[in-house]
Amino acid sequence: MGRLGSFYGSMVGKKVVMGVTGLIGIAYLILHVLGNLLVFRGPTAINSYAHFLKSTGELLWTVRIILIVAVILHVVAAVQLTQQNRAARPIGYTRREPQVATIASRTMRWGGALLLIFIIFHILHFTTGTIRPAGVFSSEDVYANMVTSFRIWWVALFYVIAMVALGLHLFHGAWSSVRSIGVSPKSPQPFHRTVSLLLAVLVWAGFTSIPVAVFVGLVR
Amino acid sequence: MNLTLHVWRQAGPDAPGKMVIYEATGVSPEMSFLEMLDVVNEGLTERGEVPIAFDHDCREGICGSCSLMINGVAHGPMRGTATCQLHMRSFKDGDTIYIEPWRARAFRVIKDLAVDRSPLDRIIQAGGFITAPTGSAQDANNILVAKESVDDAMDAAACIGCGACVAACPNASASLFTAAKITHLGLLPQGQSERYRRALKMVQQMELEEFGSCTLHGECQEACPKEISIDTITRMNRDFLRASLLGTRP
Repeated sequence: MGRLGSFYGSMVGKKVVMGVTGLIGIAYLILHVLGNLLVFRGPTAINSYAHFLKSTGELLWTVRIILIVAVILHVVAAVQLTQQNRAARPIGYTRREPQVATIASRTMRWGGALLLIFIIFHILHFTTGTIRPAGVFSSEDVYANMVTSFRIWWVALFYVIAMVALGLHLFHGAWSSVRSIGVSPKSPQPFHRTVSLLLAVLVWAGFTSIPVAVFVGLVR
Repeated sequence: MNLTLHVWRQAGPDAPGKMVIYEATGVSPEMSFLEMLDVVNEGLTERGEVPIAFDHDCREGICGSCSLMINGVAHGPMRGTATCQLHMRSFKDGDTIYIEPWRARAFRVIKDLAVDRSPLDRIIQAGGFITAPTGSAQDANNILVAKESVDDAMDAAACIGCGACVAACPNASASLFTAAKITHLGLLPQGQSERYRRALKMVQQMELEEFGSCTLHGECQEACPKEISIDTITRMNRDFLRASLLGTRP
């Protein structure tokens, strides 16, 4: 425990943990958004994809456990670092003008907290069926779950807002995580910042398109 | 030029402080920011008031003594410039200027705008050196160093230790300062023997001094009068991670 303890005890160590768990999340989100887009190919496509995922059994649970552990580590490290960072400046400035910090970098904490609430809601909504905004839920018919839920304005709106937070979180997270774990190449105009922006926009657009398409009646 | 200054006044480390308004009249655009403060202080002295305390030394942008948060920006509006090299032509007649000390738990206010930056000295003491034989200089080019390494090491070595990175960071992190020294020495052959121990010890000291952590806003790089890149922070993280994986003892 000694070496691991002193590694995690350090703020740089915690940032490495956040970077690695964040990258796990990004890898998962890419697969997730691609799978979701099958909804535009009709009920059979997405339902059989969902059925295939559930048929993988142990593999599915392995992935789920990795993701749950990653989220817990990410959140715990974020809370600890936020406390340390707040303590590092007890008296603030009367006037402070941020020069280059982006909306994305400045909303990591509140956006992250919103995303945590969203993830819990999302699992209770579409995975376990505990929350049923439309009153119906079928573990077999993923397509119907999406269509019935996203016709309700507040469900669609909540998903759309959460995806804005996700896009911003992803942009700053994708480009900064590789720096936190020390693998980004040095560059004044980092290529991976453009890649991160592209990734964030594509993932945001992919996820957002679904509640919007259902709500306006393109997918029914 | 006539200016209105809002200046942080604090009699001592434990005294309460507040922003006090002063009128600076007859300021020439050719004056440096510190000369403008000198003029204000002359006026204060003549009126029998206590002059504003601020740090300064070389006044040519190389010593790292001057500080000042000017209108919410560390070292003021000119990029890549320390406060002493900032001139009043960067402001307009009638401007209101807020002048505050560097703010961080680690930087205690000594008086008014002067803060105690010895935590940065202790970070250097923790590992910002090399174990090299002293004595007469060896032959030039005896140790070959790649051009790219020399350039990057020199860029990092440009750090003057002013603490603007800490002041500008929303988390009051000293990552850029610490990373600059780790990068400077870690890139050169003379710095290799302690490379990983240095990363561990300097990061450890940085945290003992209660600076915050890096969230990569990039504000430090923008504030740095020597324009040191946050690429150095990536390198610090890499060396720290490698040291941890290798089980290097601090």
